[in-house]
Amino acid sequence: MHSRSGLTDTGRRGARIGRLRLTAAIAALALIAAACAADDPPSVEGTTVTLLTHDSFALSPETLEAFTAQTGVAVEQLAVGDAGQLVAEAVLTAGSPLGDVLFGIDNTFLQRGLDADIFEPYRSPGLDDVPEQFRLDPEHRVTPIDYGDVCLNYWTDALQGAPPADLDDLTSPEFAGRLVVQSPETSSPGLAFLLATIARYGDGWEDYWAALRANGVAVTAGWEDAYYGEFTAGGGDRPIVVSYASSPPAEVIFADPPVDAPPTGVVTDGCYRQIEFAGVLAGAANPAGARALIDFMLTPAFQNDVPLNMFVFPVAAAATLPAVFVEHAAVADDPLMIDPATVEANRDEWTDRWVEIVLR
Amino acid sequence: MGRDRPALRAAPGTRPPVPQPTPAARLRAFSSGLPAAAASVCVVSFFAVFFAWPVAGVIAEGLGSAGIGPVADLLASPAVRSVVWFTFWQAAASTALTVLAGMPGAWATARLGFRGRRAVRALVTVPFVLPTVVVAAAFESLFDRFGVADGDGLRLRHTAWAILIAHVFFNYAVVVRIVGAHWAGLDARMEDQARVLGAGWLRVFGSVTLPRLVPSVVAASAIVFLFSFTSFGVVLVLGGPGRATVETEIYRYALVRLDLTAAAALAGVQLAAVIALVGISTFLERSRSRPEPVQPIGAVRRSAFGPAANLAVMAVLLGLPLAVLVERSLSTGGGYSLRNYGALLERVNLLPDTAAAALGNSLMFAAAAAAIAVAVGGSAALMAVGGRAGRLGRLTDAGLTLPLGVSAVTVGLGILLVLDRPPLDLRTSVAIVPIAHAVVGIPFVVRTVVPMLRAINPRAREAAAVLGARPGRVRREIDLRVASRGLAVGAAFAFAVSLGEFGATSFVPRRPETLTAPLALFRLLGTPGTALRGQAMALAVVLMALTAAVVFVVDLVGDARDGAI
Repeated sequence: MHSRSGLTDTGRRGARIGRLRLTAAIAALALIAAACAADDPPSVEGTTVTLLTHDSFALSPETLEAFTAQTGVAVEQLAVGDAGQLVAEAVLTAGSPLGDVLFGIDNTFLQRGLDADIFEPYRSPGLDDVPEQFRLDPEHRVTPIDYGDVCLNYWTDALQGAPPADLDDLTSPEFAGRLVVQSPETSSPGLAFLLATIARYGDGWEDYWAALRANGVAVTAGWEDAYYGEFTAGGGDRPIVVSYASSPPAEVIFADPPVDAPPTGVVTDGCYRQIEFAGVLAGAANPAGARALIDFMLTPAFQNDVPLNMFVFPVAAAATLPAVFVEHAAVADDPLMIDPATVEANRDEWTDRWVEIVLR
Repeated sequence: MGRDRPALRAAPGTRPPVPQPTPAARLRAFSSGLPAAAASVCVVSFFAVFFAWPVAGVIAEGLGSAGIGPVADLLASPAVRSVVWFTFWQAAASTALTVLAGMPGAWATARLGFRGRRAVRALVTVPFVLPTVVVAAAFESLFDRFGVADGDGLRLRHTAWAILIAHVFFNYAVVVRIVGAHWAGLDARMEDQARVLGAGWLRVFGSVTLPRLVPSVVAASAIVFLFSFTSFGVVLVLGGPGRATVETEIYRYALVRLDLTAAAALAGVQLAAVIALVGISTFLERSRSRPEPVQPIGAVRRSAFGPAANLAVMAVLLGLPLAVLVERSLSTGGGYSLRNYGALLERVNLLPDTAAAALGNSLMFAAAAAAIAVAVGGSAALMAVGGRAGRLGRLTDAGLTLPLGVSAVTVGLGILLVLDRPPLDLRTSVAIVPIAHAVVGIPFVVRTVVPMLRAINPRAREAAAVLGARPGRVRREIDLRVASRGLAVGAAFAFAVSLGEFGATSFVPRRPETLTAPLALFRLLGTPGTALRGQAMALAVVLMALTAAVVFVVDLVGDARDGAI
């Protein structure tokens, strides 16, 4: 991958990283010395930790205040773009990080961050309460925090009670001209759906997409123009869209006028599971504060606050879901996943092929 | 009309028409040179730190390790060549259409004495601040309503036509305002004389008006071209996901593929094209500008026909999508109410603050950005036309226009790469927001004001100097007075650029307390739910209303200082 060598080989950056490593090593020695001198771990009280996230990050204001009250660590937040952009910028600024903790790298971009060494390993004690299926990095450079399933959604009324049962159905004449998806080049759910079809059909994914194209699939650049442009929700004429398993609860919570049941349903077959991770950024100014914040992210205070703010599911087994989630969010039957290293090795080639098959 | 021209007009291609200062003027200029020099240093360092250095940083980082081979291969590949070709022709076609559509509007706002002229000028600026996703949705619902949806023969969705129409929609104001401001300052008696001599209106326009308007038409065309050249959302949302321009490819390579070498190569191509274009346009502007008679502004006229048809079409093209947004913002569950507007005062879970607070932030950033743009852009314009500035002035004039044509990705990533050490550790500073917006706003000020300053007859300055005015006073009483209308137009655009979140700020991490209205709007539209969508529409409408109100007031101030109304 010449791209990455392009980022680290130039003299200035290399030198800076070298300096930082040296500084980090000295700082680590100093920390060890300090830790040996005193029995207590170094206090983080009174420090500030900077949390770098994507634009969709949201919490109740009380949540981070509770963290500050518990630990004495103030949190400064920074948000940029979507998950892909967040990771790209973290890689570009490796060695001179924008914050102490990065939240929001998911399993479709995880390997890119790991390959670029942007994280420092840290195993949070809270991880014991997280099911094995979410722990994708045995070296603990990143910690799983939440997950969500990218699934097909449908407008119930428009399909008159006969939604597609699985991915295969979408190529049948019954659903001709009814599906809208996002381009995997510019959209995170779009990429997840492409990965779902690859996980499901293996080498046959190209034929599947050729069949979808023949069946009149529409493609948009982003989620917004799919959901509010082509999909029935925005007045469009396509009743099936790639969205999330947690979209129906949002349709209930943010309904005007209020409704008892969402107007949309979820096809629980062929969902792709996205797991979101947090990690301590290498070269962080406040690594101890960063570790404390990651610990906090696995506590119930944080985990229980995640669903209604970000519309994702908490990973901690002890977390409780709000009633509206239990009632209206779908649970994928057998969510599909591809191992992050395989995704990283093939992502560009797959999306190039997808563009040729679907758009050219 | 020839009386003022021959003596002062330079041959094309030579220095602009600047009189040689007398020894006494030289002495005075020297004594007042220090503040001017300080201003020049400020202008040049602002440009260097917030534009040139970041761009150079990204290109150097990307091309540093790669040899010339892979870069040449990439640029020679058929795919890249077709992207570059499409980028050029859609920008050229968008510019031609926008200028054709905008000229009657410029004429009407400059020459017709109708009531509500200022309101019209304010309203045409509104599309400028609207996010593409919102406009695209409005356009699509119009296509649906008037039966031009998919399959009805005329298909606009995801075509190049959709891109061109949207570019006219967004940039119409650029032509109307920049050409209009220049036009209003031209002496209308020349046209009267031509008409008395028997010329029809077309002839009068073609041989008397248009030649004098060339500088501002070139300036407006340059801005529209650069905006279309670097447009991102319009291309992806309205053009469709399969369409690519140099701008969308830079984004894709830099932030999706993480292939900084390819991104930097394309950024280099973009920069070279933009430098060539800006060079040509500033040269044309300079060589075709000539001073006007000292007495400004003829009587405004009240008769109009011919362009009226065009104005009606534009009113529909601009008005209908906006009307759709207003309608949607008012529609709440089955009926109409103001509920969506009321909801802007309450925080929804997805946002760190209320939408109303985001609007307040937007206004503060926009005011700061406009102030920076007027200060830096105004100084730069004076540098560009000042007699002593010479080459540096001309370079500044052209250079400050470049940010319009350089990818926000390049500048944004550049800021992240280079501004990371004290004293310029600004990557996550609150100040970077208005500064990055101002970088895009400054070209508007420069490009609007420079043609107006060039149109000042040097005899006016000489007369003032002979009458004993010091150079500072000459600038205040003559240059600033004449330029005030242009400064108002430039400030209004800089304000709108900031309200619309143009520029590098999408690529720089933001604190929750700097949430702005467009960012809040994107988040509201990023989650399903009819209430969120209604609130997003209400927020868009408030953004529109605020833009119109501020542009109106800025215009009022500009016109009042102009003393011509």
